[in-house]
Amino acid sequence: MKLFKKKWISIFLICFSIMLIIVGLYMGEWKAVWQKATTICLSCIGIG
Amino acid sequence: MQKIRWFCRLLFAFLANARIFVSPNNPIYRGPLKGICFPGLNCYSCPLATTACPIGALQNFFANLRVNFQLARYQLGLYVIGVLTLFGAVGGRFVCGWICPFGLIQGLIYRIPCPFKRWGLPRISRIVPFLVLFFMVFLFPLLIVDSAGYGITWFCKYICPAGTLEAGIPLVSMEPALRMNISWLFYNKLIILFIVLIASWLISRPFCRLLCPLGAIYGAFNKVSLFELQFNKDICVKCGACANICPTGINFYEGIDDVNSVSCIRCLKCVSVCPVGAIKFSVTSDKKHILSNNCKIKNHEPA
Repeated sequence: MKLFKKKWISIFLICFSIMLIIVGLYMGEWKAVWQKATTICLSCIGIG
Repeated sequence: MQKIRWFCRLLFAFLANARIFVSPNNPIYRGPLKGICFPGLNCYSCPLATTACPIGALQNFFANLRVNFQLARYQLGLYVIGVLTLFGAVGGRFVCGWICPFGLIQGLIYRIPCPFKRWGLPRISRIVPFLVLFFMVFLFPLLIVDSAGYGITWFCKYICPAGTLEAGIPLVSMEPALRMNISWLFYNKLIILFIVLIASWLISRPFCRLLCPLGAIYGAFNKVSLFELQFNKDICVKCGACANICPTGINFYEGIDDVNSVSCIRCLKCVSVCPVGAIKFSVTSDKKHILSNNCKIKNHEPA
């Protein structure tokens, strides 16, 4: 029974994560990630 | 199985850094793939990187949250959180063991023969990545902001050795303008990188076990992921091979740790090494495993 419940928790999490990705993409977050990733990150380098 | 794992790690390290031709005029890749979050720790400012780092992207969302809300841009980082949840919900920390390029680097260094006795880490240290995640990735970027309302990416700026190795050193070498702006911060990160690399020779996976916020996120899913480790203690012969080979020092055969501990990177070395097949990696409610193990018990029973 416990294993059965765990399986459904993981399936719920997978569905929930897909929903989060879709909502995030709808909110334009892909572009925000792209903008950050295509600019040299001075913090990552240890300068900014 | 371990050969397949090495192949996977090399393949993903290549895919995440597949920009072959680097030009000084265009030091980092700026194509559409950069909007895709790579599941492992791979700095997006690396000249070879083709995808985005999820931890960097996540911190950036938190650091810009106030300004974004003031501008009515309601971006909470759901895309990045969704990607991390998806990988975590499917396999927990398997990304650490099978995909992460920085994990591969640590693994390669650890393979260098060491004349000294290798070190372990106390169990209490397992909490540290969660503290790093909470403070450096969530809280500080969100709360400590400048007069304009922008926060900073604390983990990238003060800790991330992957950023120093993959982006800092190559870009500072390539760009004279960046070289002129080097400050104590860069040297500080160089020291952290040096310590992590030396520690990787003496301790198995020190960064993953002590600092990695990405590992902490995936580790939180280990107990609820679709694929999980299953340990049949009834057929375990207590040989200790699983505990000896575990790169994160988990000991579940004696009941000290859970088989799906938050530290488990799902490298499956324990599965490969177990002489009686008492450990399996499969879908959560796989009953076939128990049946097959029962058959193995009968086969191992002395006549």
